[in-house]
Amino acid sequence: MPEVDLAKSPVRALNAALHRLSADTNETQWRVRNPRGRHSLAVGLEAPVVVEIDGHVGYYCAGMNKHATVIVNGNAGQGVAENMMSGKVWVKGDASQAAGATGCGGLLVIDGNASARCGISMKGIDIVVKGAVGHLSAFMAQAGNLVVLGDAGEALGDSIYEARLFVRGTVRGLGADCIEKPMEDRHKAGLRRLLDAAGLGGAVDVGAFRRYGSARQLYHFQIDHAGSY
Amino acid sequence: MCGIAGLFLKDRALEDHLGALLAGMLAPLSDRGPDSTGFAVYGQRVPGRLKLTLRGPRTFDAAALLERLGEAAGGPIEHRRHDTHLVVAIPAEREAAVREALRGFPEVALVGAGRRMELFKEVGRPDEVSRRFGLAGMSGTHAIGHTRMATESAVTTDGAHPFTTGDDQCLVHNGSLSNHNAVRRELIREGLSFRTENDSEVAAGFITAQLRGGRSLEQAMEASLAALDGFYTFVIGTESGFGVLRDPIACKPAVMAETGRWVAFGTEYRALVDLPGIDGARVWEPAPARVYRWELH
Repeated sequence: MPEVDLAKSPVRALNAALHRLSADTNETQWRVRNPRGRHSLAVGLEAPVVVEIDGHVGYYCAGMNKHATVIVNGNAGQGVAENMMSGKVWVKGDASQAAGATGCGGLLVIDGNASARCGISMKGIDIVVKGAVGHLSAFMAQAGNLVVLGDAGEALGDSIYEARLFVRGTVRGLGADCIEKPMEDRHKAGLRRLLDAAGLGGAVDVGAFRRYGSARQLYHFQIDHAGSY
Repeated sequence: MCGIAGLFLKDRALEDHLGALLAGMLAPLSDRGPDSTGFAVYGQRVPGRLKLTLRGPRTFDAAALLERLGEAAGGPIEHRRHDTHLVVAIPAEREAAVREALRGFPEVALVGAGRRMELFKEVGRPDEVSRRFGLAGMSGTHAIGHTRMATESAVTTDGAHPFTTGDDQCLVHNGSLSNHNAVRRELIREGLSFRTENDSEVAAGFITAQLRGGRSLEQAMEASLAALDGFYTFVIGTESGFGVLRDPIACKPAVMAETGRWVAFGTEYRALVDLPGIDGARVWEPAPARVYRWELH
């Protein structure tokens, strides 16, 4: 198993080595030591490998990820898994702001809390947060699923287009055009699949979640409101 | 950008290492704030004495200044030179006379005053400024440092953080305030004076005005949530207190860590990685619009 000690080699060398991997590489398990909050670790991966990072990481870890699995045994700074395309990113601690921002696909799992703007402008990514999310999460979300086992902060789903938001705890407030929607069997089945993918098995009751989404009132300009501008 | 590092010690055994620990926290924040660096160190209090931190030109001759200040203070005064800065400990009751004597040295600026606070700031990168001032050799109970990337006012020593607007009080700021001119005018009417056009100095002044009005640090910070508009993460020091506040939108990054021996603030986790026992510390992101405060016991 290749091991990279960031106390000895620079971040660029780590990322270059990971970028050189082909889809059929035999070096499928990587371990990174001493991240010490460094930024941009394991970004832009395209090979189906597993990269496990032992410690807290800085900004943009696993950004633009495609096919790879990146595991952070610690906390993540801003923008973890931003613009992820596919694959999986698993943060075993907390994540800072804008986790999974603009993500187009793949699965982001955060064992702890995520702070403000989790899933901002998400475009197809699935995000499962086992703790709470901060304010303005799923702001302008366009597609994908945000699952929150804890509480959500103010203005959840502000100006949301079409993502599905599932929250088990309390929601401090909904943003503009975000409303609660009925939880039908198909939504429960979809939520079950997401929880299973996040490794939660049958431990979590899908019936305890409420679903939120777009009221679709901001899609079109309404002439009745013209006087408001 | 800008970087903040703050350290509040609970374990007295670490006090001799305060400066070295803060220097280690500031260095990784160089790339967040290469323009200027400053720090406040809350050191030993000398009974009956007031410490003044003075700054002169690089080549200034301290002898004439010390002689004149000694006359005003009624006897020779203890002093320590740190590069361009000079810390003098004067009898507290002679403060007015010493301040008057300082007016005869227009090239010398009074950087800060307090029973415990010493304040140092210069244009330059953190590692270089820390070395010039000998930060690693300083001791105390708490310290706050700042690396500045200038946005709202020029790259000058006066524009460097921390800002102080009252004895033993200092504030560092990451962000920018949008209503600082209006708040400054109001504070000037209330009797405060400001040295710069800087927005962060207004935040420091607002806290000072609140404390002078008899409010606690906690209440002063609560009040600033309503009065100050803009982006901010503040770390605030008083003689015995250490506070952290983020604006409700929480645009500016912040990480905190705590062990049984210390509480630390860093703009990024990278600032905290060399603190003793960091691997076992509780690490968290301070919540928006929530007052965090610690006091010495």
